[in-house]
Amino acid sequence: MLRRLVLTPDDHRIARLTAAAIAIALVESAVPSPLPGVKPGLANIITLLVLLRYDWTTAAWVTLLRVLAVSLLVGQFLAPGFVLSLGGALVSLGALFVLQPLVRQQPRWFGPVTLSIAAALAHMLTQLLIVRVWLVPSPGVWVLAPVFFGAALFFGTLNGLIVAWLMQAATENVASNENLPHNSQP
Amino acid sequence: MNWFQKQTLRKLLRPGDALVLLVGIAGWVTLTVSLWQSGPAARAQVRRDGVLVAAYPLNEDRTVTVAGPIGTTVIRIESGRARVVSDPGPRQYCVRQGWLTRPGEMALCAPNHISLTLTGGQPAYESMAY
Repeated sequence: MLRRLVLTPDDHRIARLTAAAIAIALVESAVPSPLPGVKPGLANIITLLVLLRYDWTTAAWVTLLRVLAVSLLVGQFLAPGFVLSLGGALVSLGALFVLQPLVRQQPRWFGPVTLSIAAALAHMLTQLLIVRVWLVPSPGVWVLAPVFFGAALFFGTLNGLIVAWLMQAATENVASNENLPHNSQP
Repeated sequence: MNWFQKQTLRKLLRPGDALVLLVGIAGWVTLTVSLWQSGPAARAQVRRDGVLVAAYPLNEDRTVTVAGPIGTTVIRIESGRARVVSDPGPRQYCVRQGWLTRPGEMALCAPNHISLTLTGGQPAYESMAY
């Protein structure tokens, strides 16, 4: 006997957002990187948007499904690259969980940039630790740490600014839609 | 949205965000300085399967041969630097890496399970005590 799978609106929302994140991550995986491990991480823009507009649970679903789907699509499932992505995603989701009350309760002081920087650094630290312990068991790994953390800081800030800009553009659109009949162009 | 308005930037990068960014940059500079300015290299360590088999001071020139599972790796130490001269590995990554000069630098001859690492004279923290 077949049991009917009931899809909630939440499921549809998660699927739609995950699809967007997968598309971004796939495009990004095709762009060559000067150093393995350094990439913009633009798909995390989706994670942050979901976190800020919905909740942490949805963001975690979208992120983990994206990591899984992208690893299957690029043929990295269960390979070292997948373990690095999953470990980084789990720890940065943890960092976001810890920091999100700050942004929700003090929106005048803290915004998406804080979340993005913290998540990017947590992601990079996790990856370096996994590499150090598992893939290259040598202290020489730390010689490149400044490059990796510099990249995380830079792209973390950039993604955070993009998220902040998208959130603001969204609220401005709502505002301008309200006075559509008057088309208030100066 | 007008990008040149101060208000716009303030909304995107809030005061706390700027603080987090500054702390991040400060931490990054500290990390970079402490990791990349650790003085000259003083010793060369040779490891097989990650186990230290020999260590030599870099101020004495010498040629060292180390036996691994697929052959012999030859290491040359000369005027404060060290390199892998020959290795039986198929891709020759560790040979083509050339001279190692700074502490922490490493040539890894993975097929033959041999690695050559340079270390500094003293642990980096000693210089901070003064």
